[in-house]
Amino acid sequence: MTVDAKQAVEAVFREQSGRIISTLIRISGSFDWAEEAMQEAFTSALISWPEKGIPQNPGAWIVAAAHRKLIDQSRRERTRREKQDSLEYETQAISLPEAPMSLPDDRLRLIFTCRHPALEQGAQVALTLRTLGGLTTTEIAKAFLMPEPTLAQRLVRAKRKIRDARIPYVIPAPGQLRERLTTVQAVIYLIFNEGYAAASGEHLVRRDLCAEAIRLGRLLSELLPDEPENMGLLALMLLHDSRRETRVRDGQLVTLEDQERSCWDRSQIREGLRLVEAALQRRPLGPYQLQAAIAAVHAEAKTALETDWYQIARLYEKLFAFNNSAVVALNHAAAVAMSGALQEGLTLMDNLDLDRYYLFHAARADILRRMNRPAEAMEAYRKALALATNRVEQEFLERRLSSCLN
Amino acid sequence: MRYMFLIYSQETTESLTPEEMANVYSGHAAVLDEAAAKRILLGAERLRPTASATTVRVDSGKALVTDGPFAETKEQLAGYYILECAHLDEAMEWAKRIPTACRGGGGCIEIRPIDDLPKRA
Repeated sequence: MTVDAKQAVEAVFREQSGRIISTLIRISGSFDWAEEAMQEAFTSALISWPEKGIPQNPGAWIVAAAHRKLIDQSRRERTRREKQDSLEYETQAISLPEAPMSLPDDRLRLIFTCRHPALEQGAQVALTLRTLGGLTTTEIAKAFLMPEPTLAQRLVRAKRKIRDARIPYVIPAPGQLRERLTTVQAVIYLIFNEGYAAASGEHLVRRDLCAEAIRLGRLLSELLPDEPENMGLLALMLLHDSRRETRVRDGQLVTLEDQERSCWDRSQIREGLRLVEAALQRRPLGPYQLQAAIAAVHAEAKTALETDWYQIARLYEKLFAFNNSAVVALNHAAAVAMSGALQEGLTLMDNLDLDRYYLFHAARADILRRMNRPAEAMEAYRKALALATNRVEQEFLERRLSSCLN
Repeated sequence: MRYMFLIYSQETTESLTPEEMANVYSGHAAVLDEAAAKRILLGAERLRPTASATTVRVDSGKALVTDGPFAETKEQLAGYYILECAHLDEAMEWAKRIPTACRGGGGCIEIRPIDDLPKRA
């Protein structure tokens, strides 16, 4: 019972803290108060649930408890201000609603606020991951390879600016919405990726983060249904996520080629394919739609051998027009190689300046392996291994390396 | 909340053409008229060029007076607005409309929330 209750508290935090905090910020108008109240509510749950049992709607229980803390807090604040009458600052009166209610777009409000252009760029992403993603400062610092105190400082500064410059807690007006949409799409995809390939740690996939990102993508799509890139982003995440269960087997990474395709999530694939098709019929074309289209080609291949690599290579070429990064060029080169032109793909890769990127060496190694050049393949795998940080990925590379020996 | 809009412009030695001058004037007039109609205009002034600026710095009781602005930068403070806005997004919308450019030289607006002083007893 005690263990169950503790697990229930942890599960609510993992799955719902983003939703809960976004509501509390709207109600209180303060990031700090909301965070504090939520923390206290979870602490209360740890004491109360083992005794009185897990409530029927645990998320609503937390919101209600936090709401009571906010009311206490605002009372204390009022008394404090009345005491220092001569030093009275003209601060906005805190008025709290009778009953707390989560609005469906609270999380979008939060995401647009966290991604406000008046905040420092690095802090925007960190603040989003901290509040919406429920990641700890330690986890975020690790993901960004940054000392924890530096990150904590950035978060404090960002929250202070939101308060002092009065950055509103709203979904931007139509005139500003479009220009601010791309940064929001980017952060949703970042949360998804953080979940899909957790930067370091034991688990390769953090389900909760992927699910949260998909939920946000859905919300964004509902808010702006005519925006093809919203559909593209949602489709992309759904198609990647459909392979979730087959990506890791017995704690080991399984490449797309070796995944058990019959275990891919069919309903997610159907939805993803439908969205890609609908998006591509609209205009303009964009990077998320193209990446989703690439994922769709994989999803449509019944076996790895049937993959239309020629089509994928062409889609990467189009993607390069939007994102001319070396990583896209690397994927293009890999697709060219897989379409049958191994040497051409290898030559394309060798022209890239990605020496510090572990996937570059892993991709080169893979082509060399297919070309039956084991010595060079092994050398490339070793380089990849030296750069990989995720344990599951390291083990995968080690297995590939030892298979070259045979 | 009150926000101050600091207008930073490049100071040109040449005078503006009548057409450019008219554009700058009508841009400011539009902002002033609309802000006044909405009763959110709390102040707006144009400053004379930094050639007329004097900087006084008091250090251990002694005043050091120098000719010119406190910092020599490409863009100089040329004027300001004070507007009452609900939040930063609204302030940003106003900032986009305040003219800053002279002779295509760019310029920018810095938005600063005004800190309310405690009431005096």
